[in-house]
Amino acid sequence: MDQLLQHGLNALMLGGTYALLGIGLTLIFGIMKVVNFTHGELYAFGAYMMYALVMLTGVNFFVALPLAIALGVLLGAALELLLLRRLRGADIDTTMLVMIGAWIALQAAEQLAWTGVAKSINNPFPAAPLVVGAVSVAWNRVFVLVVALALIGLTYGLINHTKLGRAMRATFQDRETAALMGVQIGTIHTATFALGSGLAAAAGALLGPVFVAYPSMGDLAAAKAFAIVILGGMGSIPGATIGGFILALVEELGAGYISSGYRDAMGFALIIVILLFRPTGLFARKERIG
Amino acid sequence: MKAALTTAWLVVLGTLPLWLDNPYFLHVIIVAGIFIIAAMSLNLLLGYAGQLSLGHVAFFGIGAYASALTSLGFKVTIFPQWVLTVEANPVWLAMLMGMVAAGLCGWFIGRIAFKVRGAYFVIVSISFAEVVRLIAVNWVELTQGPMALNNIPPLALGDLVFWKKPENYWLVLAVAVVAYILVRRLVHSRAGRAMVALAENEPLATSVGIDVTRYLVLATVVSAAMAGAAGALYAHYVRIVDPDVFLFIYTVTMVIMVVTGGKGTLAGPIVGGLIFGLLPEGLRALAFAPETQWIVYGVLMVLVVYFLPQGIVPALRRIRA
Amino acid sequence: MSPLLEVKNLSVRFGGLLAIEDLSFEVREGEVLSLIGPNGAGKTTAFNAITGYLAPASGEILWRGTRRLNGLKTHQIAAQGLVRTFQKTSVFGGRSALDNILIGLHLRGRQTPLAILLRLPYVAREERELETEAGRILQFVGLGKRKSELASGLPYGEQRLLEVAIALAAKPQLLLLDEPVSGMNPSETASFMAKLAEIRALGITVLLVEHDMKMVMGVSDRVVCLSQGRIIADGTPAEIQRDPEVIRAYLGERYKHVVR
Repeated sequence: MDQLLQHGLNALMLGGTYALLGIGLTLIFGIMKVVNFTHGELYAFGAYMMYALVMLTGVNFFVALPLAIALGVLLGAALELLLLRRLRGADIDTTMLVMIGAWIALQAAEQLAWTGVAKSINNPFPAAPLVVGAVSVAWNRVFVLVVALALIGLTYGLINHTKLGRAMRATFQDRETAALMGVQIGTIHTATFALGSGLAAAAGALLGPVFVAYPSMGDLAAAKAFAIVILGGMGSIPGATIGGFILALVEELGAGYISSGYRDAMGFALIIVILLFRPTGLFARKERIG
Repeated sequence: MKAALTTAWLVVLGTLPLWLDNPYFLHVIIVAGIFIIAAMSLNLLLGYAGQLSLGHVAFFGIGAYASALTSLGFKVTIFPQWVLTVEANPVWLAMLMGMVAAGLCGWFIGRIAFKVRGAYFVIVSISFAEVVRLIAVNWVELTQGPMALNNIPPLALGDLVFWKKPENYWLVLAVAVVAYILVRRLVHSRAGRAMVALAENEPLATSVGIDVTRYLVLATVVSAAMAGAAGALYAHYVRIVDPDVFLFIYTVTMVIMVVTGGKGTLAGPIVGGLIFGLLPEGLRALAFAPETQWIVYGVLMVLVVYFLPQGIVPALRRIRA
Repeated sequence: MSPLLEVKNLSVRFGGLLAIEDLSFEVREGEVLSLIGPNGAGKTTAFNAITGYLAPASGEILWRGTRRLNGLKTHQIAAQGLVRTFQKTSVFGGRSALDNILIGLHLRGRQTPLAILLRLPYVAREERELETEAGRILQFVGLGKRKSELASGLPYGEQRLLEVAIALAAKPQLLLLDEPVSGMNPSETASFMAKLAEIRALGITVLLVEHDMKMVMGVSDRVVCLSQGRIIADGTPAEIQRDPEVIRAYLGERYKHVVR
């Protein structure tokens, strides 16, 4: 029972960051209809920026975090403006290939910049965990959960209570009508990609100090983000949030009770199983012709 | 004119080992040739049948492992009571098993492709390849995991064993030519037309009686079996196979080859395969770091997609016209 | 003799609404039946349901008295002999006109994948036969000269003809045409009407959805009028023209007095 609780708590902390990854990707997927292969690299970028700021330039941890996220937002905006703008209206193959090209180039650049050696990032939290009854909780992980939930809340607020958010929702529902209503689709795309990338960078900036930063860390993160989007349905933020926690729970329980080697396979196996039975994801609306 | 050019090419290719003395370069060309076969198989699926399958390396790797294991023999515990023992087998039989195993997976993926469309299928195909990779890493009893299968018997036809590079080269060349011919026959036939029709306008295709599932599965099975053959060649040429053969980066390499060469054309994967098979060596010769190779790949891919969206071969055709 | 196609109490849900409700009508062999009705009446939805692109919520579609069509996949229905065209021009744009017809001839071919890979002799023979037949069909619709041209490069009217040619290649017993002359000018429409007579002479039954009243009255043996998902009239063109329900559906309550 205590083991179960421990797993549950770990899942909770992981789930928050997974949800950030998932929400970022589902926004891009849903509003821009782009298969964003660079999502994982933004995650890695967030982690590496924390490394650069905290370890190399000695910036305070709590200042470095928002800075790293902001840099992620900027990188996302830059990618959209440089690469995706010109591809508006191209078919999905073309966009996909450009994103793959960007992903390769980004990861190689990261490898070149930081070398393949894993980097650890110091955090200012006490090393001794908080012990409550039979379960123990590391302070830095509690911090991660709190910040993740805050960011999720902020994103909800942005999407549901601001003018920008309303424009994004309109574009998601019906692009043509939104454009006719005066929504600047181009700006919305840049904002969406920047926001989605920022969330990925945030996830990386939060988890980097908990684990380590290494160049291919983005690949696994991207794969999990995709799994979460499929779990929750393209474009559904609540779906991505719940999906993030579900994936974390499945991973934790799978690793604990089945085999830890296959932990990362859980997400993929989940994707395949779900799509076999519900080809449009768990929460998406159904409408099929033909 | 065209026949003369083709004959000239075949003569050049056929006599290559006779005038290219350097064994290292020959090795590079052999590996490039194996990748070209894989690229041709991906072209059938991606370029003609229009399936955004990004898990192609799974078929390559499954072919490699199945062939290696069949030729080495293996022992694996399925249930506590049941141990499956397979004795070592001749290489030609092993390679056939490689193709069959890959083809079977192709059948499975083909059936899924019908149910799951567009961007979702892309994700499913990537996930499938990753699951296979993780199985290869973790099922140590069967695959030796990261410690790799080694001492795989070399390529051979019956009693004739190919120890030297030129012989391996000729075998790879022969398989590549056969693969090319088979793809061409398929593509210019009723079955090929059905695949292309499905890719271009599915509702219209079904309205004249084309069975979507049947032709998607056909495309995937043939494509997978061919990739499996390439994988089997790889296993017996390099003679070591480890789970890294399933890395996503190799799928990407094949995709780059097909797309920059020209998807949906017969020559495209060959042109793309030559460029991206030989480019890394060129870069290495110029003393660039291996990471630079990937940056160049990525940038090149983006540039080709922007300026030559249909690939190099169609662009060349337009210039000639 | 049972009718060729019987639609019995067909209801279809689309986008949460009941697009068609309790539809019943029949198509007799050899006739030209037109489905008319204002926009949104459910004509294309009926086509989609009959040919398997939409699943009916309830009801039955019977072919030749005995074969149930609802539940079959679209390509299976085509194999039975029902071939449809689409409201929005639908061709294989990236292929030549000849290739388009060759694709349409799919069901007439017998080549199996294995035979193709092994290059058995009958494959080449069949290909030659199919090419000759494709050329013949292109000639029939008047596109003989466009054989090698890219379908997407053809002018609009010719693309619509190509669409019909592709459908004809699939050897239909019942041809379902969805607004075949929409967007055509009067002379193109007139020549299409003549072509329709020729198609009919080949023994093909035609179910037509059309807005062009001149064409409908000119070619149809019978007319069925839909409004808001239900049939409001069923009879000869002359009867339909005078039917007050039909006039009301098209023009609204205020014009009821137009009925003579």
